[in-house]
Amino acid sequence: MSSFLSMKIQTYEVLLFLAVFLTACDVSPLNDPYPENESKLSILYQSFSERPKHLDPAVAYSENEYAFIAQIYEPPFQYHYLKRPYQLTPLTASKMPEINYLNKQGEKLGEDAKESDIAYTDYVIDIQPNIQYQPHPALAKNERGDYIYHHLTEAQIQSLNTLNDFKETGSRELTAEDYVYQIKRLANPKIQSPIAEIMKNYIVGFDDFSKQASDKQKTDIKNMPMSGVEAINRYRYSVRIKGKYPQFRFWLAMPFFSAMPWEADVFYDQSGLSDKNITLDWFPLGTGPYLLAENNPNRRMILLKNPLFHLEKYPSEGEPEDKQNGLLIDAGKRLPFIDKVEFMLEKETIPYWTKFLQGYYDASGISSDSFDQAVQFTGSGGVALTSSMKKKGVRMQTLVETSIFYMGFNMLDTTVGGDSERARKLRQAIAIAVDYEEYISIFRNGRGVVAQGVIPPGIFGYVEGKDGINSYSYDWVDGKPQRKKIDVARKLVAEAGYPDGIDPKTGEALILYFDTTSVSIDDRPTMNWYRKQFEKLGITLVIRATDYNRFQEKMRAGNEQIFVWGWNADYPDPENLFFLLYGANSKVKHGGENAVNYQNPEFDRLFELMRNMDNSEQRYRIIQKLQEIVRRDAPWVFGFYPKNFSLYHSWYSNLKPNSMANNRLKYTRIDPDARAEKRQAWNKPIFWPLALGGLLFVLMLLPAFNAYRRRARETLQ
Amino acid sequence: MIHYIIRRFLYAIPLLMGVNILTFVLFFIVNSPDDMARMQLGQKYVTGQAISNWKHQHGYDLPLLWNDTEKGEKKITRTIFYQKSAGLFMFRFGVSDSGRNIGADIQERMWPSLAIALPTLCVGLMVDISFALLMALFRGSYLERAGIVLCVILMSISSLFYIIGGQFFIAKLLRLVPISGYDDDMAAIKFLILPVLIGVISGVGSGVRWYRTLFLEEVEKDYVRTARAKGLSETQTLFRHVLRNALIPVLTGVVVILPLLFMGSLIMESFFSIPGLGSYTIDAINSQDFAIVRAMVFLGSVLYVLGLLLTDISYTLVDPRVRLS
Repeated sequence: MSSFLSMKIQTYEVLLFLAVFLTACDVSPLNDPYPENESKLSILYQSFSERPKHLDPAVAYSENEYAFIAQIYEPPFQYHYLKRPYQLTPLTASKMPEINYLNKQGEKLGEDAKESDIAYTDYVIDIQPNIQYQPHPALAKNERGDYIYHHLTEAQIQSLNTLNDFKETGSRELTAEDYVYQIKRLANPKIQSPIAEIMKNYIVGFDDFSKQASDKQKTDIKNMPMSGVEAINRYRYSVRIKGKYPQFRFWLAMPFFSAMPWEADVFYDQSGLSDKNITLDWFPLGTGPYLLAENNPNRRMILLKNPLFHLEKYPSEGEPEDKQNGLLIDAGKRLPFIDKVEFMLEKETIPYWTKFLQGYYDASGISSDSFDQAVQFTGSGGVALTSSMKKKGVRMQTLVETSIFYMGFNMLDTTVGGDSERARKLRQAIAIAVDYEEYISIFRNGRGVVAQGVIPPGIFGYVEGKDGINSYSYDWVDGKPQRKKIDVARKLVAEAGYPDGIDPKTGEALILYFDTTSVSIDDRPTMNWYRKQFEKLGITLVIRATDYNRFQEKMRAGNEQIFVWGWNADYPDPENLFFLLYGANSKVKHGGENAVNYQNPEFDRLFELMRNMDNSEQRYRIIQKLQEIVRRDAPWVFGFYPKNFSLYHSWYSNLKPNSMANNRLKYTRIDPDARAEKRQAWNKPIFWPLALGGLLFVLMLLPAFNAYRRRARETLQ
Repeated sequence: MIHYIIRRFLYAIPLLMGVNILTFVLFFIVNSPDDMARMQLGQKYVTGQAISNWKHQHGYDLPLLWNDTEKGEKKITRTIFYQKSAGLFMFRFGVSDSGRNIGADIQERMWPSLAIALPTLCVGLMVDISFALLMALFRGSYLERAGIVLCVILMSISSLFYIIGGQFFIAKLLRLVPISGYDDDMAAIKFLILPVLIGVISGVGSGVRWYRTLFLEEVEKDYVRTARAKGLSETQTLFRHVLRNALIPVLTGVVVILPLLFMGSLIMESFFSIPGLGSYTIDAINSQDFAIVRAMVFLGSVLYVLGLLLTDISYTLVDPRVRLS
C-alpha cells in the first residue's frame, strides 16, 4: 500500500513539476539578450541601425554620429535642455561669448553699429578652469612627465588590438588652446571636415591656413598660426569672423567646435595603429559626461560614465509645465545619472520592436509596421497610445522636428519654372492640388504637420493660426486652415494656359515629369498617389525613377522638373532655412543648397537684410515678407514638417523632446529595479507548445515504426 | 598531385584578375568617384572642392584603368585599378572608403559568420541525411510520398518567412531565446540557437530531397542486391553499405561550400543583428564603399576556387579510383 502511495506521490510530483515547468511561473527570462548580472544596474539600452561612419567631431555630421559624440565631446555652448524656444547656455564656457564688432581698421564698434560698418566680429570665449579630459592612453605620462605612448615601436603596435590594450591612461586639464587646435583641424584639408568650405567664408585666416596645411603632416598644424583664431590665455580664446554673422554662436554649440587635445592626433597618427582600426575617428577623446569604452560598430557600442567629468547640474528652471511634468525633480543634482549606455546594432524593425515590448530596450521610435500596435487615433483627430501600450506603462512623446519636406519645381525649367505669371499660376494650382493632409494620413500615419511656409515650429518667425497660413493654398475656416477647393486650382491651371489640363501645343493633357529615387516596388503606391494629385488638374505626371547618383547628377545639371526634397535645420534660426531659396546658393549656377534654383531679387535683398540681424520685431516683419514672396511664387509646394513619435518605458524619466540638443543622455534617468521587475513579468518562457510538438512528432513516427516492423517481418517471411 | 595543385593555383590567377576587372568595371559603370565622394561626405554643403579633396585623399583622383599623362609602366600603375587592386593578390585589402582597415574588419567578422554557418551545416547535414535515409527505407510507401510532399512544401516557402515566423513564434510568443543579437565566446550560444534552427529547417526540404535521390540511386545498385541476398536486413544494408557509398557525393558537396562558410549569410545576419561578413558586404553595397565590395568579391572568388580545389582533392581521398593528374 505504501509503495503504491509513494508511486502515486511520485507521479503526482512529476506531473506537478511538469505543470510548473511547462507553464514556467518562475523561470527567469531565457530571452534576455544581456548578461544576468546587468539586470539591476543603471544601464540604458538603446539601439542603432547603421554604424556611424565617423566619430571625429571635425568630420561627423549626421544624427547617428551625434548620438555618440555629443555625449563625449563638449563644445563651449549647448542648448538649454528644458527652455523653449531653444536657448543657448554655457557648457564648458564660463559665460556666454563676448561679442565685439570691429571696423575695417580693427577699431571696436558699439553694439548697435550698422551692419555695413562691421568688418569683423570677435567672439571671445572664456572656458571654465579645472575641466579634465577622460582617462586616455594618449594623455598618459611617465614619472618624468613624458608621454608614454607617443613613440610606439612596431613590436608594441603589433601586440595591440584595441585601445583597451594600453595599460596606462592619463588626463589633463582642458585649455583654450584645445579649442583653437580643433578649429585648425576643421581647416586642415587632410581631415576633410564637411563644414570647411562654409567656415572659410566666415573665419578670418581659415582659407589661408587650409592652403598652408595642405602639404603638412596632420600633427604639424599645432604650431601653425591661424590669423583669426587665437588663445588669449589658458582659459580664453577668440575667433574673428568676417562681417557680422550672429548664427556663428549656434555653430559654437555643435560638436565641430569641441575641444581636441593635440596629443590625440600625435598618438593616433603613429603608423600601424590605423591598420588595427585604432584611430581618432573610432576612439574619441573628450571631456563629456561619457567615454566610449567599447567601439564595435558591427555589434555594440558602450558608453561609460566619465570618472573625471566636471561638475554640471541638472537645470533648475524650465517651462511652466515642466515642474508639473516632473521634469524638475532632479533640479540641481549632479549629472549624469546613468552609469552606462549600451547601443546595440539592430538593423531590422521587427526584432527591435519586439525587444522594446519585452523591455530590453528602454525607448523606441515607431516604425510604420508597428504603428497600429502602438498608436490609435482619437475621435477628435488626436493620437493616443493603444490599451496594450498603456497596460505596459509605456509613455509617448511627440515632437515636430525642425525639418521640412517639400516638393520643388526646377525654376530653370521652361514649363514649371521661371518668373512668368503663367508658370506661377501653374505652380500655385499644383500646390493646391497636392493634398499633403492626405499624404500624411496615408503614408506617414499622421506623423507630420502640413507646412504653411518655409519655417517649422520652434524657429523664430514661425506663426501659428490664421496669420501663419499660406493664403494661396488655404482658407481659414472654422478656426483652422482648409485647403482651397480643387476648382480654384483648375481655374488657375486654365489661367496658366492649360484649360482642363490640356496643353494647347499638343492638344493633349499637359505632361509633367517627376524625378525621384523611389525605384522599389514599395514606392509604387506613393508614386501613384502623386499621379492622382496631378490628374485632379487633368495633368499627366510621368515618374522618372532613377538611382541616387543619377538623380544627384540631374539636380546638379538642372535637368529635373519636379522632385521632393528635405532639409533638417542645423540650428534654430530662419537663416538656415531661407538660404535654401537664396539666389546665390542656386545649385546649378553655384553648386549651393538652393535645389530649385529660385532667384528673386526682392527675396534676395530681404534675405541679405535679415540673415545677419538679431531677432527683433524688424527681423520678424522681414521674415513674414520673405514667407509671403515664397508663398506667392511657389517654387516649393510646402509639404510637411515631420512629427517624431517616441515611446518610453515607465522606468525612464527626465525626458523632454529637444530637436537641437544632442547631448540629452546626461539628463535622463532610469529605475533599474522597476525595469528588472517588469522584464521578469513580461518574459516568462512558455514550454508547453514544445512538448506538444514533440508529442506530435512521436505520433507521426509511430506509423513509420509500424511500417518498418511490418516490412521487416515480410522480409523474413 | 602537387603538380595538379600548383597548376590549379596558376589557373586561378587570371581567373581572379578577370573577376577583379569585372567588379571594377561594373562598379564604376554605376558609380563615379564623384558619386562615391558625395556618398561619403553626406548630404549637406558638399562643394566641388570638398569632393576634390576627398578623391585626392582616397586615391580616386587618378584615371580608372589607363593614365595617359604618365610614361612607361606608370600608365598602368598610376590608375585607380592598379592602386586599389594590386594589393589584393597579396591579401592586402587596404582601407575602406570610410577609413577602416578592411583586413582587420574581415578577421573580426568572419568568426560570427562561421559561428552560424558551421552549426547550421553540421546539424543540417545530420537532419537531412537522417530523414533522407528514412525516406529511402520507406521508398514506394505512402510515408515516402507524404515526405516528398512535405519537402516540396518546405522548399516552396521563402527563407524570409522562416526567419520572421521563427522570430515571432519562438522568440516573441514562446520567449525561449533572444530575438536577435550576438555576444562573445560561449555567451553567443543563446543567440545562435534560433538562427541555426531556422537555417536547418529552411534547408530541410531541398536537402532531404537531394540526399534521398543519392540514396535511392545507390539502393538500386548490384552490391546492395548482393548484400540483401546475403541476408542482411534493410537497416543493415542502408547504414553499412548504402550510406557509406552515398557519402562520396555528400562529402564532395560539403567540401565545396566549406570555405564559403566564412562569407556569411546576407539575410540571416541582418535579421539577427549578427556582425558577420554577410551584413558587412550588404552595408558596403548600400554605402557605395568600393574598397569593401572589391575586397569581398575577391575574397569570395578566392574561397570558391579553393573550395573547388578541395573538392577535387577530397575525391581522391574518399574514392581510390580517382587520381588527379
